[in-house]
Amino acid sequence: MIALLKRDLKLSFRSGGGAAIALLFYFAVVVSMPFAIGPDPILLSTIGGATLWIGALLASLLGLERLFQSDAEDGSLDQMLISPTPLAAQVFTKSFVHWLVTGLPLTLMAPVFGLFLGMSQNALLASMATLAVGTPAISFIGAVGAAITVSLSRGGLLLSVLVMPMCIPVLIFGVGAVRAAVTEPDPFLPPFLLVAAISLFFAVIGPFASALALRQGAS
Amino acid sequence: MTIADTQNLPRGLTALANPTRFLALVRVVLPVLTIITIGLLAIGLWLGFSVPDDYQQGRTVRIMFVHVPSVWMAMGAYMVMVSGALGVLVWRHPLADVAARAAAPLGACFTFLGLATGSIWGRPMWGTWWVWDARLTSFLILFIIYLGLIALWNSMEEPAKSARIAAVAILVGAINIPIIKFSVDWFTTLHQPASVLRTDGPKLAPEFLYPLLTMGLAFLFLFLTLHLMAMRNEILRRQIRTLQRKAAREIRSANKAST
Repeated sequence: MIALLKRDLKLSFRSGGGAAIALLFYFAVVVSMPFAIGPDPILLSTIGGATLWIGALLASLLGLERLFQSDAEDGSLDQMLISPTPLAAQVFTKSFVHWLVTGLPLTLMAPVFGLFLGMSQNALLASMATLAVGTPAISFIGAVGAAITVSLSRGGLLLSVLVMPMCIPVLIFGVGAVRAAVTEPDPFLPPFLLVAAISLFFAVIGPFASALALRQGAS
Repeated sequence: MTIADTQNLPRGLTALANPTRFLALVRVVLPVLTIITIGLLAIGLWLGFSVPDDYQQGRTVRIMFVHVPSVWMAMGAYMVMVSGALGVLVWRHPLADVAARAAAPLGACFTFLGLATGSIWGRPMWGTWWVWDARLTSFLILFIIYLGLIALWNSMEEPAKSARIAAVAILVGAINIPIIKFSVDWFTTLHQPASVLRTDGPKLAPEFLYPLLTMGLAFLFLFLTLHLMAMRNEILRRQIRTLQRKAAREIRSANKAST
């Protein structure tokens, strides 16, 4: 598992790995938002949390298509299937690496991009915190979608269609927590803990479902 | 006869053995179900139109007799798909996939009907076509899941493989069903909480409850009828495909023999 972790990390930082592209894409989404909505600072700061979350969701979906596809192409997926390590554990590792190279940088860059949107300090910290606990859920749900669509030649769009509905609860509570951090009476903690709960839930369910889908697709 | 032929032929025949019996059963059951459905729908609609106007909602309360049964069947169809998915993964039964696949478009239709009638009902009652509350949103997600699954089935060529992969997707999507059911209890929603399926008995006045239950039963039979029809069509479609393949192989081997 450690070897797999190292290998995937190396691959994603090499050229064509896409870790940097996801960040650039995130930046592009966030920057294009003020052009679409207009440069009204009050409006921008109200929807800032939502913009950061939408950008993170889209940027995470971007790299998911390749999660298992490149392994299927070069045959390492077959090696994973016959290896003595449980497949679910390997899928967990791969999803975790996906989070390390997309979700984590997105979280770390969120406050910088949030400044463009004129968000308050509280909102910046809140979006960082919710993104940190929420983006793993996207990676784990996305791994299931990637495993389901791995045998398709053009699975990317279908993957987004399948994964998006499952990600909506994360989005709802993530943005809700950011909003609650700014508007005074609403408590921040309940939606934040719900996001964390969803992430943990899918960290358990996701690898097993993806492993099942990979096996069914291979046999 | 090539090696590929001898491998494919018996497998194709055993796969057909069970569906053939199923088709014979459908031939007998389907007319009966159709008659029951038409009868129940007629009674339910007549009862629905003869109820007095609600003291608050007026005439629009009658939308309930279409809205609530469609929503029940939309979730029921998904449960049929879930059991089909389990049938595919656990017993590898070919009919289970046919059942799941045939239920998907029906479920999508019932979901759309539920959303549309709810929207039409919401306009006079809530003053809006749509609100983003938990019940409505989770139900819209169900609609997207249905469409995504149909797209998934259509994008894969081989039925046996697509069956197993779609089964996994169905099971993952099933998380949404309890969320829909309990969304009105967990969150404060504009949508009213459950008033029929309650542990302390239905809260609905009897003159509304009985037409509603009749319509619910009618929709159940409507679903069963349409589902059996769709399953029959799917089986026939697959048989045609098998025959086409066989014919293509025979032409090829005949060509080889002549040269």
